[in-house]
Amino acid sequence: MVLVGGKVEVATQIGQTVTDGLAYLGGLTMLGIRAAYFTFVSPFQGKPLRWRGAISQAMQTGVRALPILSLITFFIGLILALQAAYELRRFGALNYVASAVAISMTRELGPLITAILVIGRSGSAFAAEIGTMKVTEEIDALETMAIDPVHFLVAPKFIAMIVMLPCLTIWANMMGILGGAVFGVAQADFTWTRYILSSVDALFLRDIVTGLVKSVMFGITITAVGCQEGLLTGAGAEQVGKSTTRAVVVSIFMVILVDLVFTALFFFMGAR
Amino acid sequence: MDQTTGMAMESEAMISLRNLRVSYGDREILHGISFDVKRGETLVILGGSGSGKSTLLRTLVGLERPSSGEIWLKGKNIAAISPAEMDEIRKKIGMSFQGGALFGSMTVGENVALPLREHTKLEEPTIEIILRLKLDQVGLSGFENYMPSQLSGGMKKRAAVARALAMDPEILFFDEPSAGLDPIIAAGVDELILDLKKAFHMTIIVVTHELASAFLIADRMVLIDKGHVVAIGTTAEMRASQQPRVRQFLDRVPEPAVSQELDYLQMLTEQNHPPTR
Repeated sequence: MVLVGGKVEVATQIGQTVTDGLAYLGGLTMLGIRAAYFTFVSPFQGKPLRWRGAISQAMQTGVRALPILSLITFFIGLILALQAAYELRRFGALNYVASAVAISMTRELGPLITAILVIGRSGSAFAAEIGTMKVTEEIDALETMAIDPVHFLVAPKFIAMIVMLPCLTIWANMMGILGGAVFGVAQADFTWTRYILSSVDALFLRDIVTGLVKSVMFGITITAVGCQEGLLTGAGAEQVGKSTTRAVVVSIFMVILVDLVFTALFFFMGAR
Repeated sequence: MDQTTGMAMESEAMISLRNLRVSYGDREILHGISFDVKRGETLVILGGSGSGKSTLLRTLVGLERPSSGEIWLKGKNIAAISPAEMDEIRKKIGMSFQGGALFGSMTVGENVALPLREHTKLEEPTIEIILRLKLDQVGLSGFENYMPSQLSGGMKKRAAVARALAMDPEILFFDEPSAGLDPIIAAGVDELILDLKKAFHMTIIVVTHELASAFLIADRMVLIDKGHVVAIGTTAEMRASQQPRVRQFLDRVPEPAVSQELDYLQMLTEQNHPPTR
């Protein structure tokens, strides 16, 4: 009897969690659709895009991330080269280091590391900014002025992220290859030119494109989660902290999930 | 005694509430509120913390959806209209929030001009003129290039009023206009509300628990308690009221302390029926 009761309770709990999760996903999708509406549809109905907001967001999420992103992906490239060399050395195949680094950077680590850095810098900032505005009634003020918060705050962030994340990813790929090259030149008898050339040789356009497609999806995911967490912030300053933390944790999880889905998709579509 | 603008032509209802109920989830906050706000009057909604007065205000400006009942505003029942229609009505109302709710990333000038830039096709020079006019009305001339963080609490409230006035609203809502201000600054804000009333014959609705301020600015008052309207009337009628709850609020009598264990237990078990006094 007790056992049955326990089982029912567990089942109810699981059901509740699944329903909550689906509701959350539904919320993200709605937010994305509304932002897309304000980006692609309403400019033709006399509600212009907020270019100024989008450009300043792009500066913030894109350009200002470059120094730290460069440093991190340079190190990641170096680490990849070291790890690849550890195994390749045994077969005397050190000259494959270049292609190993180039492929793993462009297909996977470039987009992923960029996304995780952007979550830390911008996803959290979106949640904190919108959450603070929620707490100080600025979101309410927008609504009473008949200004849609999604149009005013969320849509510019989507535009900025969808444009900037692929750009950052390309930059991250290049810095990673550069990091690999440092190892290649110092330890594997490459010249700079030969390392870069064998990297370019190893890459197919589809490697780069699949990485960039992923990075666009990551941008959409990070923005949707960050803004949704901000908009769901309850009353009080400590709630802003909670939203920000949740934005980071949920974004990382969702980005990995999206990564898995798209990697599997590309795999089964035969894109190598 | 009180100088109401109670001319015959102005006595028609601007807002009518009919049996308004509002809930957060399962918890009902407002249990059937009905009253009228007359055109051109200043109505103060009084009530203690947790009485539901802020929820009432949020419902009136369309931030909360009522679970049932009607709110008639400018001939439309805003409890049952589409978001697009609500946005049209929102352009005719102004709201001054408790903490000002100015956008921290914009200057005072950009804050005040925002509704004009969003909703009108006015030329930039015209907007500049309106902006200066509105800032002048609230006594903040020359502050358009300040950031909200550089303003004091009272100035923030004034800037928020200027923003609420930007679209020349017919109805102006205030949430706790004197909250968090020292008595002198608070009196200044009261003075501002009186000036607006005199100058524009605007319909003004103020939510507050500050009695002195309420009696100074109000034509009529509504006392809300636990989600019900306890009393409604002119300031004179409220002062003369013998209703126990009104007297308790106006005379600032604290809730009777629970001294007996038995009473306390009874109060816990009968939460819906507060002990009679």
